Amino acid sequence: MDRREFLALLAKAGVVASLSGCSSLAGSRPEDLYRLPKFGSARLLHITDTHAQLEPVYFREPSVNLGIGPAKGQLPHRVGKNLLAVLPAMSPRLEHAYTCLDFTEAAERFGRVGGFSHLATLVAQLRDEAGGALLLDGGDTWQGSGTALWTRGQDMVGACNRLGVDVMTGHWEFTYLADEVLANVAGFSGEFVAQNILATEEALFEGVDVYDEDTGHVFKPYTMKTLNGRRIAVIGQAFPYTPIANPGRFIPDWTFGIREAELSELVETIRRSERPDAVILLSHNGMDVDLKLASRVTGIDAILGGHTHDGVPVPVEVRNASGTTLVTNAGSNGKFVGVLDLEFGANGVSGYQYRLLPVFANLLEPDGDMQAYIDAVRKPYLEQLGEELAVTDSLLYRRGNFNGTFDQVICDALRERMDAEISLSPGFRWGTSVLPGDVVTMERVLDQTCMTYPETYVRDMKGAELKTILESVADNLFTPDPYYQQGGDMVRTGGLDYVCYPWHDFGSRVTELRLKDGTPIMPDKVYRVAGWATVGSASDGPPVWDVVADYLRDHERVSVDSLDTPLIKGLNNNPGMVA
Amino acid sequence: MTMKRSRRWFLRAAVTAAALVTLPVRVLARATAAFKAKDTDSLMRELFGDMPIEASDAITLKVPDIAENGAVVPVTVSTDIEGVQQICVVVDNNPNPLSAIFNLSEHCVADVSTRIKIGDSSITRALVKTSDRVYMTMKEVKVTIGGCGG
Repeated sequence: MDRREFLALLAKAGVVASLSGCSSLAGSRPEDLYRLPKFGSARLLHITDTHAQLEPVYFREPSVNLGIGPAKGQLPHRVGKNLLAVLPAMSPRLEHAYTCLDFTEAAERFGRVGGFSHLATLVAQLRDEAGGALLLDGGDTWQGSGTALWTRGQDMVGACNRLGVDVMTGHWEFTYLADEVLANVAGFSGEFVAQNILATEEALFEGVDVYDEDTGHVFKPYTMKTLNGRRIAVIGQAFPYTPIANPGRFIPDWTFGIREAELSELVETIRRSERPDAVILLSHNGMDVDLKLASRVTGIDAILGGHTHDGVPVPVEVRNASGTTLVTNAGSNGKFVGVLDLEFGANGVSGYQYRLLPVFANLLEPDGDMQAYIDAVRKPYLEQLGEELAVTDSLLYRRGNFNGTFDQVICDALRERMDAEISLSPGFRWGTSVLPGDVVTMERVLDQTCMTYPETYVRDMKGAELKTILESVADNLFTPDPYYQQGGDMVRTGGLDYVCYPWHDFGSRVTELRLKDGTPIMPDKVYRVAGWATVGSASDGPPVWDVVADYLRDHERVSVDSLDTPLIKGLNNNPGMVA
Repeated sequence: MTMKRSRRWFLRAAVTAAALVTLPVRVLARATAAFKAKDTDSLMRELFGDMPIEASDAITLKVPDIAENGAVVPVTVSTDIEGVQQICVVVDNNPNPLSAIFNLSEHCVADVSTRIKIGDSSITRALVKTSDRVYMTMKEVKVTIGGCGG
């Protein structure tokens, strides 16, 4: 699909209002970036997946984000020039925000992104401009930094309260212990919503605390908010596969799932009993799941989505049996604020304008109160965070379907420090970027590794077992039905090469496994494998950040000359790959 | 809402009710052979002989897309079909595909729930038997090693 076709499609779907807006967003003067044309009568602000990045950071968008089957070439599975090709022309600054193109050079020119004090200034400005707004947070907010881990998420609860988050849902929030999660939710000034988290029947029987005894909901499923006289329903959709993708042992009494049928019923009930002007799903499903959901569940005006960290500049309009649902995804690491302005007619939402605003730290004055709070939170930890471990000669980043350069450093560290032939590192989508020539501090290592199950392992594994692991994770990523995807990237590998056929069936996507020296991996032969972040039970090795830090201290300089990424076969001209 | 019992109340009541259920010996004997079947085809013959089996969207099979724990997968089968005598739950890829048989009297609501084991990712089927016909719906349930979530 070329740009003209794409624009025609958007126009056909009735997105004209947002299109004209998109062009104005592409204004070349930086001061125009945050001045939005007035539209509609209710403004929703959306942040998601900030991963506890209180200070501005660099974050490189992916160069590989493959869409398989019907998702090929569709948003969000377009990267680099292939993404720009389907968008209205925009300034180099915005091109930098939405893509990985010439990342280092552009990052040096345009500076860091995000940071809660800059975010606070922008949110206040966007609220004022619209005479009030709702601030919705899609979750993955209370995890991702050293301070978030050490305070068990409390530093972020404080930051979100000061930012004025009205409603949120979660995912990594649930990687603390259940009691800590409940304490954090209690300390949160906004409302924490999730229609898809229930107490297990055993837990209910044992008398565990829940929000609703009748339904078993652990948290409030939705909330009604009034904004400029409009009644807005916000339903929460937490990450459906939390106890599978993350350790269920931290939250043994709760069960998740997409719960499409229950959501459908809930939307109907809200429509009938609350008479809302708009129904919004605040979702941590991941964008592909949201797109499928929007095609099957009717009555939702917009799904404001996260989890897959896709910074999608334009919303996707999805047709379903009773109308159209907008689906957005607002990136990660505090880099973007999604702004959805709604107009209303006799039958509810009649028009909208959407912007995905990048938060450029050097274009926004930091908010004094928020900065003072951040400084106070960080003060006890500054020495640990600031430790200079090494200098990097390469751009370090993670995001992408396969190994990023920072993953390579982690994989190399695991192999070297733990004396293993092969290493495995999870395909998380969080983790910030470090520019070439910059110092890698402990804080940057923690950005990539900081979570509640960081223990490393080294153990003997048969070749067949390795293949099973790779196949299983590849299926979570590339299986064509989004409801069976978990939204992470491929497991990162060190010391291991393979060929990947993403569009193949389960069991035949990963072939020709070899060690770095070219020796084929044999199914029955035993290999020494190091890794971290085991979900089933805690491993007994040191936390991965200590392993990586020791490696960096030891080397003083790092440079990543080649990535242990698989050879990807058969994806001719997939727009989810930078050529 | 006023008459609605809480889910907790219902669960306690259900446990009491389960203790009162007994099965006739004849039914048990037939079920034993079916539970030993090694594949879905022979299981179907064992259970339904030559009765026609037709796909039906009048059956609701509630089972997760991805199991949180393959050893304890909650499954619920319900249907509006009239005259239901039996409801079966089948997991194709299990070593013995038949997970459960529910024999219903005419006074029973066709809405049953249990926990099943699913060893590997598999098609899961719900079969509903009336006096002259068998209706079926199915859904894939994935069992995965987990980890690596975004």
